[in-house]
Amino acid sequence: MDMFSDPALWLPFVFAGLMGLSILIYVVLDGFDLGVGLLFPFANEGEKDRMIGSIGPFWDANETWLVLAVGLLLVAFPAAHGAILTALYLPVAVMLIGLILRGVAFEFRAKAPPEWKRLWNRAFFAGSLMTSMSQGFMLGMYVMGLTWTLPHVAFALLTAAFLTVGYSFIGATWVIHKSDGLLQLKAIDWAKGGVWGLVLGIGAVSAATPYVSVRIFDKWFSWPEALYLAPLPLLSAALVVGLWVALRRMPFDRDRRSWLPFAMATGLWATAFGGMAYSFYPYVVPEKLTIYEAASAPESLFIILVGTVVVLPTILGYSILAFTIFRGKARELRYD
Amino acid sequence: MDTLILSRIQFGANISFHILFPTITIALGWVLLFFKLRFNATGEDRWMEAYRFWVKVFALSFAMGVVSGITMSFQFGTNWPGFMETVGNIAGPLLAYEVLTAFFLEAVFLGIMLFGASRVPGWLHTLATFLVAFGTTMSAFWIIVLNSWMHTPQGFEMIDGVAHATDWWAIIFNPSMPYRFAHMLLASFLTVSFLIAGVSAFRWIIGGRTAGVRVALKSAVYGAALLIPLQIYMGDMHGLNTLEHQPQKIAAMEANWETGPNVPLLLFAIPDDAARENRFEIAIPNLASLILTHHADGVVPGLNDFVGEDGEVLHPRVAAVFWSFRVMVGTGVAMLLLSWATAALLLRRGVEGLPRPVLYGLVGMTFSGWLATLAGWYTTEIGRQPWLVQGVLSTRDAVADVPAAMVASTLIAYLVVYALLLGAYILVIFYLARRAARGEKLDPRPEPRAVPIPAE
Repeated sequence: MDMFSDPALWLPFVFAGLMGLSILIYVVLDGFDLGVGLLFPFANEGEKDRMIGSIGPFWDANETWLVLAVGLLLVAFPAAHGAILTALYLPVAVMLIGLILRGVAFEFRAKAPPEWKRLWNRAFFAGSLMTSMSQGFMLGMYVMGLTWTLPHVAFALLTAAFLTVGYSFIGATWVIHKSDGLLQLKAIDWAKGGVWGLVLGIGAVSAATPYVSVRIFDKWFSWPEALYLAPLPLLSAALVVGLWVALRRMPFDRDRRSWLPFAMATGLWATAFGGMAYSFYPYVVPEKLTIYEAASAPESLFIILVGTVVVLPTILGYSILAFTIFRGKARELRYD
Repeated sequence: MDTLILSRIQFGANISFHILFPTITIALGWVLLFFKLRFNATGEDRWMEAYRFWVKVFALSFAMGVVSGITMSFQFGTNWPGFMETVGNIAGPLLAYEVLTAFFLEAVFLGIMLFGASRVPGWLHTLATFLVAFGTTMSAFWIIVLNSWMHTPQGFEMIDGVAHATDWWAIIFNPSMPYRFAHMLLASFLTVSFLIAGVSAFRWIIGGRTAGVRVALKSAVYGAALLIPLQIYMGDMHGLNTLEHQPQKIAAMEANWETGPNVPLLLFAIPDDAARENRFEIAIPNLASLILTHHADGVVPGLNDFVGEDGEVLHPRVAAVFWSFRVMVGTGVAMLLLSWATAALLLRRGVEGLPRPVLYGLVGMTFSGWLATLAGWYTTEIGRQPWLVQGVLSTRDAVADVPAAMVASTLIAYLVVYALLLGAYILVIFYLARRAARGEKLDPRPEPRAVPIPAE
């Protein structure tokens, strides 16, 4: 392809892809452990310990994908990093305090005196809620073009609620996979409730995005593009139906396929995310700044790319190792 | 207060809170590996006892470090967009390599190190411990490379006001990097030595006199006694390097206004930036010249050389740098005295022979490493002002155009959260120490399960 002859063209594209991949991995992985925090008020004390046990060995690494995603934004598209984050100054601060609270609550609830444990459980929930709400809010503001007007803020509050429900949903599917007995039955109920919030959320963003921008509308609703894109909404619909059917029949005999809802939820996130990425390309700051305008110098991007190509497969490798070592049903966390 | 000073305070507060925890985890990871290897070699349970206690402190510190570190990666964009816009081509790859080579390594293997001992073979658990320690050190390396480059930038050219890399080797191995990296690693090991010594002395005082406490206390005190002279030597070298590359910082550290020979060392002074002079000086003649140039009549740079034709001040505010430096040096001297005295007593009489005042002294110095580290960072970072990147980008030009009220409100929120968490962290460490001293198992269930739960 002609494009690959000029590094100033293909490097930004590659980095946009890497950043998108990191965000997707982040919302799936940290999505499930944020979701577990959001579901805390519905669980009793013993269940809380098991739910924590199901995310204990993973949450650190899950959050690192956020650092990588924002890091790639920072290093590959520095102008966009500044423009997006200064526009989202307040929700970012709320998210950061939320992330701090839940991360440390995780440790403190296990190590502080028992009379404090309830307090730290609440902090874990509150931190998860602050993080999910602010991320949902930022998603809404981003879709609306990062301008603070009343209708945009109202829409962002709506996506904040939807993303929170969405995270609870994927958290519930994770608990289904990692638990058994009563907790698993509870988690199946949680997931059933969450499906609808997720459908509404994806629906709201999908409906709003073309409405905000004529360019995006044309990308989706012109012929023959609409035909090539048809599989995306169809696949989403199929996954929703599949989830609903599976959840109604679960748990299956001898706990077979307990991973299915989590896998389908991941698929649903991926299709929704793919749709969004298609809508916004080539813009990184919606309708203002393209990835090509915002990109760092090619020689700097190239040196990062060299490292990424070597290191990213390694990271995936040892992440899979960790998920394999801690496979199976969750138990209380023990330092041995 | 305006957005600039509020943003500086906010970034300062965030990075000060953050650095407390990496300062512990960088060295504690290696100390845990040492305990584990000693146990593997000797089979003595006391090493494992020490490991089991300190791995919990490590987990807690690590979590605090991770979450406060995420804040940093966002603050570049929210508060200092001019930084990445101007030097992003250099800072970007360095930060990217930190995430790629260090963050994931430590985060993934931390899970295995903390919770995997019954699920993986012993060698893999030891390897995980090594990789976590290695990861924290790599992380320190990359961030120190970037920080040092901001003090002594080289290997780049400016094109249309944006820095472009020309020589990565020169960027990574910039003149101040080796000194700063060694200085920080030693600071981390000293911080951990005094932390372990202090908490172990606390456990000893309240009656938890186990073999594990004894071995931890001894390792920590001997470690501190060996490292503190090295650190003082390294600090001196670092200072000479700063004299060569950032003379205005040295002038502020010494509160020396006029360039000249036979400069005295000020033990006490109140530097007055407005009047450009010191008040209430107490000084030792010729000592600053002697320390900095190794000659009594050596010439030491003065602050008045760093004022532009138009009166623009191109050196940092003097009092903050002057006093931070003295706090760091004073803490270092206290560390030297206490660790050598304790080590001498330990050699002669063992842990049982340590007099009460020495034990209380160790408890009092538990967090002395934090004090010295923060004071040292304040010296070097405030000392770089008014520059963000020395000679390339001023702090004023990098700050975000965000309303001051917004910066102030989030700053207050951060400070409240940090104060509460810091209090909780210190309380929990001593709570764990009290439980350990009472002989309680710190894990929820007493008996390890020999059979792992089978996979689905």
